[in-house]
Amino acid sequence: MIPSASHPVPSGTAGSPSGPDGSPDSQVPLRVLSPDGGLEGEAPDLSPTEREALYRQMSRLRAFDNRMINLQRQGRIGFYGPATGQEATTVGSAFALEAGDWIFPALREAGALLVRGYPLRKMVAQLYGNRADDALGHQMPCHYTARELRFVSMSSCIANQLPQAVGAAWAARIRGDRTVVLGYIGDGGTSEGDFHAAMNFAGVFRTPCVILCQNNRWAISVPVEKQTAVREIARKAAAYGIPGLQVDGNDVLAVVAATRAAADRARCGGGPTFIEALTYRAGPHTTSDDPTRYRASEEAGRWPDPIPRYRAFLEASGAWDEERERGLQAELEGEIDAAIEEVEAEPAPDPASLIEGVFATPPALLRDQLEEVLRPRR
Amino acid sequence: MSMREITYRDALNEALHEEMARDPSVLVLGEEVALYEGAYKVTRGLLARFGERRVKDTPIAEEVIAGSAIGAAMGGLRPVAEMMTWNFAILAFDQIINHAAKIRYMFGGRVKLPLVIRGPQGGGKQLAAQHSQSVETWLAHCPGLKVVCPSSPADAKGLLVTAIRDDDPVMFLEHEILYNAKGNVPEGEIAVPFGQAAIVHQGSDVTIITYSLMTLKALKAAEELERDGIHAEVIDLRTLVPLDMEAVLASVRKTNRALVVQEGWPVCGMASEIAARIQEDAFDDLDAPVRRLTGKPVPMPYNRILEAQAVPQVPDIVAEVRRLAA
Ligand SMILES: Cc1ncc(C[n+]2csc(CCOP(=O)(O)OP(=O)(O)O)c2C)c(N)n1
Ligand SMILES: [Mg+2]
Repeated sequence: MIPSASHPVPSGTAGSPSGPDGSPDSQVPLRVLSPDGGLEGEAPDLSPTEREALYRQMSRLRAFDNRMINLQRQGRIGFYGPATGQEATTVGSAFALEAGDWIFPALREAGALLVRGYPLRKMVAQLYGNRADDALGHQMPCHYTARELRFVSMSSCIANQLPQAVGAAWAARIRGDRTVVLGYIGDGGTSEGDFHAAMNFAGVFRTPCVILCQNNRWAISVPVEKQTAVREIARKAAAYGIPGLQVDGNDVLAVVAATRAAADRARCGGGPTFIEALTYRAGPHTTSDDPTRYRASEEAGRWPDPIPRYRAFLEASGAWDEERERGLQAELEGEIDAAIEEVEAEPAPDPASLIEGVFATPPALLRDQLEEVLRPRR
Repeated sequence: MSMREITYRDALNEALHEEMARDPSVLVLGEEVALYEGAYKVTRGLLARFGERRVKDTPIAEEVIAGSAIGAAMGGLRPVAEMMTWNFAILAFDQIINHAAKIRYMFGGRVKLPLVIRGPQGGGKQLAAQHSQSVETWLAHCPGLKVVCPSSPADAKGLLVTAIRDDDPVMFLEHEILYNAKGNVPEGEIAVPFGQAAIVHQGSDVTIITYSLMTLKALKAAEELERDGIHAEVIDLRTLVPLDMEAVLASVRKTNRALVVQEGWPVCGMASEIAARIQEDAFDDLDAPVRRLTGKPVPMPYNRILEAQAVPQVPDIVAEVRRLAA
């Protein structure tokens, strides 16, 4: 697979962060694997099991996305937003964190939740919003929340997770614990004021966070060139006194390396880092979108798929082969089938959950309203 | 005048086409409005017809969409800013509340702000808490903003034309559920004046005062009640600022009973405002306390069943009217 022409990923390695003063030179995005999966940079320190886990999680996310899109087409779930093409970025970045770190997702970070160990069945339950759903059927599909895993629900409004992310990081600093916060943003999201205000806050207070922009080149129908006049979003970091770097977001090893370095630095009091991961939104914006209306099928047809790229790397070292691939695919299919079957058997949410969670204790007005809802209509 | 049946979406689209053709100072800006022709296709054909100078896809920044529209209005243009939904316009409330609403006043009346901010709001599409809100109360609360909530295609077109020609900032609230609704719209230019409610169903027993999508639900309820011999009068307010209290009071003086229906939350809502004004100005005409039927005071849930419980439905309106008429 070839990277898209407008995202040239030069050969060579070392993505050097631009310093807080902002080096004027164009960056070389950090890259570990060549486009065909050859090792060309320094691979992050990972055990063979971890290396395999990265592959498994990326494949799991791909299989999950494909099935959920099908469910949506069949009318079994209402809405879905896939992360197809971006598996290396989400999986790799979440993988680089410690278990106690917080994640504030943007739109396409289901992979981070899988990495955290959230049961796939619960993700399906969230999409159905029925009685199996931890969020009681309150939230739109793909707005997963897992308090115990420190994974915040994405916001339907974009970019406003970042002020919260830097605030959570600030709390960690004040409390003196080791927590790091990873906040995600899309390329389109960087146009919002909240992005800039959060970056500035992080820079001024040196909050222990990593802000990762998934530059997938599109914001619904708007290409990144119409979103910002700067060619490298990473350079925006310089304006806030934060190191910013570009990473090849379709190279899972590069994403692990970059995020790990940034998280380690934050954990040791080194302050925030901004990472721009260059990737590609291969699918529609969501199931409500038809990208053939605004982007050339030829461009979309040759997106740089991160999964075969990493598989080639694993295969070259003998860590993967066709047989294991078949086994994995069968396993994933079984896992997803079982999850769907289990969730579809669940009833609708309890009507009383309408008022649950508005307040810790519902005030009288809400209790009255509930009685009205539960009273049979005359 | 000859009529044809078109959708609410197409009616809005016609208003934009006609006003842009009539007045070169009208321009349209917002997220996805040009190439994509709007998230709800209200701006269809505008880019092709009027070009990039007058139909602008903006970066994703509602604060800047509203703010630049305010600046452009002060600078002599008539911008129509689309918000993908009013839920996202909440990010621009500083520009709307602190600026659009007050600039004329703060300049001692010497500056005009011919500006429209339009987009959908409301629930019913399973878009949940941050994507289904009704914001008209927040806007109507603030002096300096006109607030428009059309329920029919003809009003959508006629009120948008008036909004674009108005010299004050107009907050134009479409309902997400109504875009595909069809209705008769007169051929050619129509401008529906602000501050004139419409009696959309005549009756003598109870007055139902409402607006936007709830007008359609109230009409269904009125038809059902008709079968039981209860004659409800349904008033569609059409614009909340200015508010046609004359029409409301005249009807209440006839029916002596009033129910105000709104989709949004009950506390300090439009229904509270209207109920208060009815009791201030027509207390002696009332045979029963004014009733409010509103959305439940909860963030909008996603699940279809919960969502349906969260907003007034036709049987709820029927039940309320029966109780009032009893
Ligand atoms: C405040 C706000 N404005 C607009 C939208 C509508 N919207 C949803 S996603 C999106 C594009 C986001 O693009 P990007 O940040 O690049 O993320 P991606 O979809 O590519 O993952 C827009 C405009 C929104 N959800 N919230
Ligand atoms: Mg994007």
